[in-house]
Amino acid sequence: MKAGSNLEKVLVAGHFAVTAECGPPRGADPEIVRKKAAWVKGNVDACNVTDNQTSVVRMSSLAGCMLLKEQGLEPLIQMVVRDRNRIALQSDLLGASALGVRNLLCLSGDHQKFGDDPQAKNVFDIDSMQLIHLAKTMRDEGVFPSGRELEGAPQFFIGAAVNPFADPFEIRVPRLKLKMAAGVDFVQTQCIYNMAKFKTYMEEAWREGLPERVSILAGVTPLKSAGMAKFMRRMVAGMDIPDAVVERIGAEPKEKQAAKGIEMCIEQIQELKEIKGIAGVHVMAIEWEEKLAEIIGGAGLLPRPQVD
Amino acid sequence: MITGTPKPIEEILEMVGPYARIIIAGCHGCVTVCRVGGAKEVQVLASTLRLAREAAGQPIEIRELSLERQCDPEYVEQLRPYVGDYQAVLSIACGAGIQFLAEKFTTTPLLPGINTGFLGVTVRQGEWSERCQGCGDCVLHLTGGICPVTRCAKSLFHGPCGGSVRGTCEVDKEISCGWQLIIDRLKALGQMENYGKLKPCKGWSSARDGGPRRIIREDMVL
Repeated sequence: MKAGSNLEKVLVAGHFAVTAECGPPRGADPEIVRKKAAWVKGNVDACNVTDNQTSVVRMSSLAGCMLLKEQGLEPLIQMVVRDRNRIALQSDLLGASALGVRNLLCLSGDHQKFGDDPQAKNVFDIDSMQLIHLAKTMRDEGVFPSGRELEGAPQFFIGAAVNPFADPFEIRVPRLKLKMAAGVDFVQTQCIYNMAKFKTYMEEAWREGLPERVSILAGVTPLKSAGMAKFMRRMVAGMDIPDAVVERIGAEPKEKQAAKGIEMCIEQIQELKEIKGIAGVHVMAIEWEEKLAEIIGGAGLLPRPQVD
Repeated sequence: MITGTPKPIEEILEMVGPYARIIIAGCHGCVTVCRVGGAKEVQVLASTLRLAREAAGQPIEIRELSLERQCDPEYVEQLRPYVGDYQAVLSIACGAGIQFLAEKFTTTPLLPGINTGFLGVTVRQGEWSERCQGCGDCVLHLTGGICPVTRCAKSLFHGPCGGSVRGTCEVDKEISCGWQLIIDRLKALGQMENYGKLKPCKGWSSARDGGPRRIIREDMVL
């Protein structure tokens, strides 16, 4: 065991893991997090808490993690390198571990241009690859990157995001390999809609034997409507939604599109379960956390295994 | 070269508002090449200010001068005989030049007539593009001659991020993804093994973070 998180135990025990994510509120109201926690609880092995995603200011990821933890959920802290230099990142790693957060996701972070503060100065002192390596060094060697000894090493099951659909496609697998060299234990993928392309990605990853050495959680996001699909395709860089997917949900009358989106998501999870090397699924039901039980249950993944 | 853009004339008029006698100082270096601060631009700016102040009923006397370089003491000294006769100097050199004048002429207000841009190249006539942030620790030999610090919007050392789409950066469709450029170049050079190497955290102490940087070449100091 690297960190002994519930997610790690579930994966080590060979179960198909389930994670979801909670975006903290754009304000200081803890009740919003508690309400989301109630929807997520019991349906996942760990729940990501995003870190100012799309560069929009939200309650901090660590605070969100603690609110989830209070509700009996296992948090997974997302940490971006956009807003903090290595001093702040190390400090927050120590703090998060001290407060009992055992899962970490290292990310670059969306460029500040997309948020409410496009004039903000970004940091990018280190990149996500280097953050992975930093967290691993602290965990496994008990030292700061400077070499000084830690008074207690932070314990994290270390993850990263991978986007199998961003360009250029040919370096997507080498990039996964690089993240593994940096020290990831698991990865969560960008929302998958293009299953054919994802299967090609997995085949290439297998050619190097990578899925044997890292837990790959496949990312899915249920579509609420054909409009949402088109919007995401247009606005989110690296989001690959094939026409067939948009047409399938679009063929339904508007009021039935949400139900269709959930049905499609469930089907997709079932298909992903059959792909060799997929260790679990990461369900990003964006501002739709109340549907998690229906989706995860519908995919036959409930109840979640109890491991210890 | 160091590039720049002229400040809006309204801003310059406001800056020179309190003064009736000024020098406009150009520079024959970089800012001449990018046509923002040379002798010709001094002439045009002086005429514009004279006309505007005339129209406002507050005429201004302007001496037009251009130095070979505003960043070298021997040329800066050429301004000394004139400075005392004027209330302010409006410099249209880069920020280094303007500050060097301010350092040398301590009792004269120095006004910036341009916004200094970046270390860049002329892509074509009328278009300049940044290439170097002067970080003091060059890695171009590992990245196919393309700088990740400058060309990637996030200065990633292991790019591209998920925002690379068909060779462009998510930040702006007019900007090439720096990491796509690096990868294309590494492939062309047969150096893709460089891509797979984990790079250590960059030392930024040689960049801007240590206060103003100095270079002392003992072999050249007199």
